[in-house]
Amino acid sequence: MTVLERARAVAATVVDPELPMLTLADLGVLRDVEVSALGGVVVSITPTYSGCPAMATMRDDLVRTLRSEGFADVEVKIALRPAWTTDWITPAGRAALAGAGISPPGSAPRRDGPVPLSLGPVRRANRCPRCDSGDVELTSEFGSTACKALYRCRACLEPFDHVKEI
Amino acid sequence: MISDDLLGNDAHWAFGTDFEDPLAGVDTTVPDGVDPAALARYCLMLGDDALVLSQRLSEWCSRAPDLEEDIALANVALDLLGQARLLLARAAAADPSVVPALPDDSPVPAEDALAFFRSPAEFRNVTMAELPNGDFAETITRLLLLSICRLAEFESMVAHPDAVLAAVAAKGRKELAYHRDFAARWFVTLARGTAESRRRVLGALDGLWAFWPELDAPADVEVVLDQVFAAADVSRPEVTPARGLGRECVHTEALTDLLAEMQSVARAHPKGLW
Repeated sequence: MTVLERARAVAATVVDPELPMLTLADLGVLRDVEVSALGGVVVSITPTYSGCPAMATMRDDLVRTLRSEGFADVEVKIALRPAWTTDWITPAGRAALAGAGISPPGSAPRRDGPVPLSLGPVRRANRCPRCDSGDVELTSEFGSTACKALYRCRACLEPFDHVKEI
Repeated sequence: MISDDLLGNDAHWAFGTDFEDPLAGVDTTVPDGVDPAALARYCLMLGDDALVLSQRLSEWCSRAPDLEEDIALANVALDLLGQARLLLARAAAADPSVVPALPDDSPVPAEDALAFFRSPAEFRNVTMAELPNGDFAETITRLLLLSICRLAEFESMVAHPDAVLAAVAAKGRKELAYHRDFAARWFVTLARGTAESRRRVLGALDGLWAFWPELDAPADVEVVLDQVFAAADVSRPEVTPARGLGRECVHTEALTDLLAEMQSVARAHPKGLW
């Protein structure tokens, strides 16, 4: 295993501070890992939302984990473009979300022109992560973190989070 | 009694105790053909709109009509705060002369110096963002008018020659679409709800409409706004426009009060670390 491969493998084990069932790699937040000629590791991460308060924790977790694996010189950079999309959440990440009772996102809308106004109720084909019923209702488009909407299952009556398509 | 271990060890803070630069490692070189001073001014306009509106929305925390709307308004405020941080950091990197001077040993980063150490007469936000909060209908109406314009601004900013600003726009427009649709749905719900909710939302619109011309909305924004008004069965108010000069740093007393509250802790401890 080369130094780069090892650095990538270590960085890929770091989990998201707010969704700890998911690695930053599974979330699509870990954008790149490079190793300089002198052995310094440069990691690029991208924020999910502009106001994501977990960026500093992600950076600290990456630095601490890589240092503990022998990489003394670690720099974490912000990659602003392209903007994060839920489409980057890996199949393993989606399975981990569902396993933790969070309904994974559908396909993110792709648009070139202006975002059309949507006045009707939001409709998604998501299912209850607890009982798998499709009879679910949206409680709020805004939930416990910026990236989640709040739902309720009409079958088992439990509330659950849904990762919003973005 | 607090143990020394608790005071001496930072590991217990969930989010760390130091700042992170929202543009860490980002190339902030101003491209050829872009005037750095004009770029910084533009970033301050949009950054100040977001910062001031975010502060107003945060005032709803624990006071909204129900828990879901409380969380929704806090989420919108957080998105706007994130946009404000990126834009103020971009302004400071483009033209460091806009950042208020602090002592050499001050640990305050440029984005915070801009947020906490400028006076009201140095802010460039539009008047509508700073007006004191009214009721929930007023906040929804204000959020509708401001987010509809901000979304259109970000959509055109995606093609900005400055790559940093273009990236901020590409990210922020997705957030703003959620804000606008949230506000538009509530606007229609209130307008078509009870006689009381309709009375309140119409009153809110009458009060805010004087400040609509200051937002300088492009034609396609007017079209979207008319869609919302049609769905809500509301017509454009006939109100004499107010002389909004927020972009030229002329503000109402309300901004002074807002900043006094927002800035007081940072100003009392200019060398503090958070």
